[in-house]
Amino acid sequence: MERAPETGEPLRLSLSGITKQYPAVRANDGVDLTVAPGQIHAVLGENGAGKSTLMKIIYGAVQPDAGEIRWNGQAVQIASPAQARQLGISMVYQHFSLFDTLTAAENVWLGLDKAMSLAQVTARIREVAGEYGLDVDPARPVHTLSVGERQRVEIVRALLTDPQLLILDEPTSVLTPQAVERLFLTLRRLASDGRSILYISHKLDEIRALCHHCTVLRGGRVTGEVDPTLQSNASLSRLMIGAEPPQLQHRPAQLGEVVLKVAGLDLPKADPFGTALEGIGFELRGGEILGVAGVSGNGQQELMAALSGEDGRAPAGSIRLFGADIARASPRRRRHLGLHFVPEERLGRGAVPTLSLAQNLLLTRTEGVGAAGWLRVGAIEAQAARLIERFKVKAGGPGSAAKSLSGGNLQKFIVGREIDAQPRLLIVSQPTWGVDVGAAAQIRAELLALRDAGCAVLVVSEELDELFEVCDRLVVIAQGRLSPPIATREATIERIGIWMSGLWDAPAADVGDVAAEA
Amino acid sequence: MFKLEPRAQASRAMSLLSPVIALLLTVLIGVLLFSALGKDPVRALQVFFVEPIRNGYALAELSIKAVPLVLIALGLAVCFRSNLWNIGAEGQFVLGALAAGWVAMQAGPQTSRAIVGAILAAGVLGGMAWAALVALLRDRFNANEILVSLMLVYVAEMLLSWLVYGPWKDPQGYNFPQTITFAATTKIPRLVEGWRMNLGVPIALAAVAGLWLFLFRTYRGFALQVGGLAPAAARYAGFSSRSALWTALLLSGGMAGLAGALEAAGPLGQLTPHVPAGYGFAAIIVAFVGRLHPVGIVFSAVLMSMFYIGGELAQSRPGLPKSLTGVFQGLLLFSLLACDTLIANRIRWSKKA
Repeated sequence: MERAPETGEPLRLSLSGITKQYPAVRANDGVDLTVAPGQIHAVLGENGAGKSTLMKIIYGAVQPDAGEIRWNGQAVQIASPAQARQLGISMVYQHFSLFDTLTAAENVWLGLDKAMSLAQVTARIREVAGEYGLDVDPARPVHTLSVGERQRVEIVRALLTDPQLLILDEPTSVLTPQAVERLFLTLRRLASDGRSILYISHKLDEIRALCHHCTVLRGGRVTGEVDPTLQSNASLSRLMIGAEPPQLQHRPAQLGEVVLKVAGLDLPKADPFGTALEGIGFELRGGEILGVAGVSGNGQQELMAALSGEDGRAPAGSIRLFGADIARASPRRRRHLGLHFVPEERLGRGAVPTLSLAQNLLLTRTEGVGAAGWLRVGAIEAQAARLIERFKVKAGGPGSAAKSLSGGNLQKFIVGREIDAQPRLLIVSQPTWGVDVGAAAQIRAELLALRDAGCAVLVVSEELDELFEVCDRLVVIAQGRLSPPIATREATIERIGIWMSGLWDAPAADVGDVAAEA
Repeated sequence: MFKLEPRAQASRAMSLLSPVIALLLTVLIGVLLFSALGKDPVRALQVFFVEPIRNGYALAELSIKAVPLVLIALGLAVCFRSNLWNIGAEGQFVLGALAAGWVAMQAGPQTSRAIVGAILAAGVLGGMAWAALVALLRDRFNANEILVSLMLVYVAEMLLSWLVYGPWKDPQGYNFPQTITFAATTKIPRLVEGWRMNLGVPIALAAVAGLWLFLFRTYRGFALQVGGLAPAAARYAGFSSRSALWTALLLSGGMAGLAGALEAAGPLGQLTPHVPAGYGFAAIIVAFVGRLHPVGIVFSAVLMSMFYIGGELAQSRPGLPKSLTGVFQGLLLFSLLACDTLIANRIRWSKKA
């Protein structure tokens, strides 16, 4: 029997030769992975490296084509998530699966065997939550909880099944830096109890701070087995992408005239679980990149919809482009005035999944539309082919359906489509979400080039690193309100993290604890 | 063992082949079914697949059924592609027939043949007006267009009954619920002497070409379809959903009304309670079997008409069951749906059980 080298205990989980073939891609190719009891084991890799497939195989949601899984030394076939839970494997997904209208306890209860009553479940939640310092009030409806609190509900739900292995998929993408610290405390406590943790991430700093061991995946294969505490970001990055990320050239800003002026933008919620915007105001000049930081769900989507024109309810005069009031103008009118927008959802909003790239060009570009609305199909295809070439989009050609492209390539196409329109103001939401490192670097470089050419750029992102890398100034959005701007070189991660809880007015000394609650 | 795997991109070859495979499967299953029942499979197949197209006269009869199906299905295809579920084409068809019939009844001995143009225009307007009710209620009160359009079918049928039992009843009609027979000058011109095939055929073919151009070569047609495929993308692009609603419903109402006018002033020649013959509902199937594509709709409308005529013929043949039409329609739809799976998926054989 295999045993953990340090303790001599049997391994909690051992995978050998796991292979999974999908139609277009081999997602896992002979992957080996071993997890000892009490170990926090990182699985590091880019999007598309095969991390998710591997986790689904461990959690029984996907069956491998080849390979062996051993659980506490026994060979097992994990046929379903239910069986995985029975074995003692629990998973916390990246996107929470909670019902907004139910209380935390009811949500947890729904996911359990029906042997316990709601009162018993509530008591167990209090017990488990207290044991691991997971602050959760079981009686509160989920829609009143912050994102960090919702994640704690998910973790408590996973812990109630008393798992020996807890899988966390990109758990920090929705948390403030302070909330991340709290999560790490909880995870270390769980590990010291002998529970094993599989921690999936592409954030190098977090892995180095938290994990005991790290398996690096690239293109479905294991490219490294390392102790992350002994590694540098650069060496981990080399294992993950095969190269160090290219450095961006950041020239000093050449500020132009005021392009976008937002003042007194109030917007009531459009749906019950949305966020109302209150008194949003900022200015954006040509030749600069302004970043909007914030935890997701704090009004970013609502702000973007009001700026892009998809939500035309903004009060008259609250949004001005080159001095012209566009608060109620249609998206097409705004585009005509030079405002282009890249939404965060690529499929279904930025592009129609089943239509070809050439057809998707027509969503925002009308060069191929002739007199009386006739489409010049040849010209449109040629234009799409030029974009594919210029922005190095890997696609079969202008006729490929949008959904046949990888996330990174489709994002390059969409960003390219808007940049190629020579906008005077470009608004980009989550420019590199789910995009591989190479494509992300290319997109960031394009944004900087656009800024150097005098265009005003507004970037909304949940990745603080990204904002610090490309932006000249930062603002933070929290609970539908916007912080004052701060120059990026004067900002620190800690300060922005505190602002992300909405505390830009309070003195810096006593806000640290409150920030961690968010 | 085999399993289905999603293709990265829908297969063009399969989308053309799938209807052919489906038709072959239909014939094959049909033969097996009839042999098992001890019936002569060749005769049954002949009734459906040979007799309706055996000579020019038969083809002309086929066109009488296929033209309204094509016209209505074309309009519905635009609606369905825009994600608007107008299932009340039958009612719009009836209103088209009513409006056309009213114009036809105004004809006197001196009326010129130009009245045919007015009859067709009236039919289009009648159908549009009925569809406009649906659009208005959806636009103004967000009323569900599926329910409203369907319910308006029954209102239209009631309206027709009231008119032919009441104000429009032929005084010399022995109290039958029917209008006067329309004057000969109002008849839709026939194309060949002795056959019932009429001007509807070139109109339908022109509509096929027109709709193809609208859907695939105009910005407006593109915008409509984006609204149907991905509403969020249409909002992002700034395509108005209100304009899509009105365009699609007026267009499909107009097409159904045109079909109603061609029917009233064509083969019927008068209004009776039997104007609604189910074309409006059958056209929903025609539109989907034709993949909501103008050219595909021509083929599916012809096929559907063959089944109709075959079904009528079967009733006059000893030894062939009446339910034959339903069996063939069901088999065809079933095989088509099954074969369509292969457009977006492919079969992979694996040795492992």
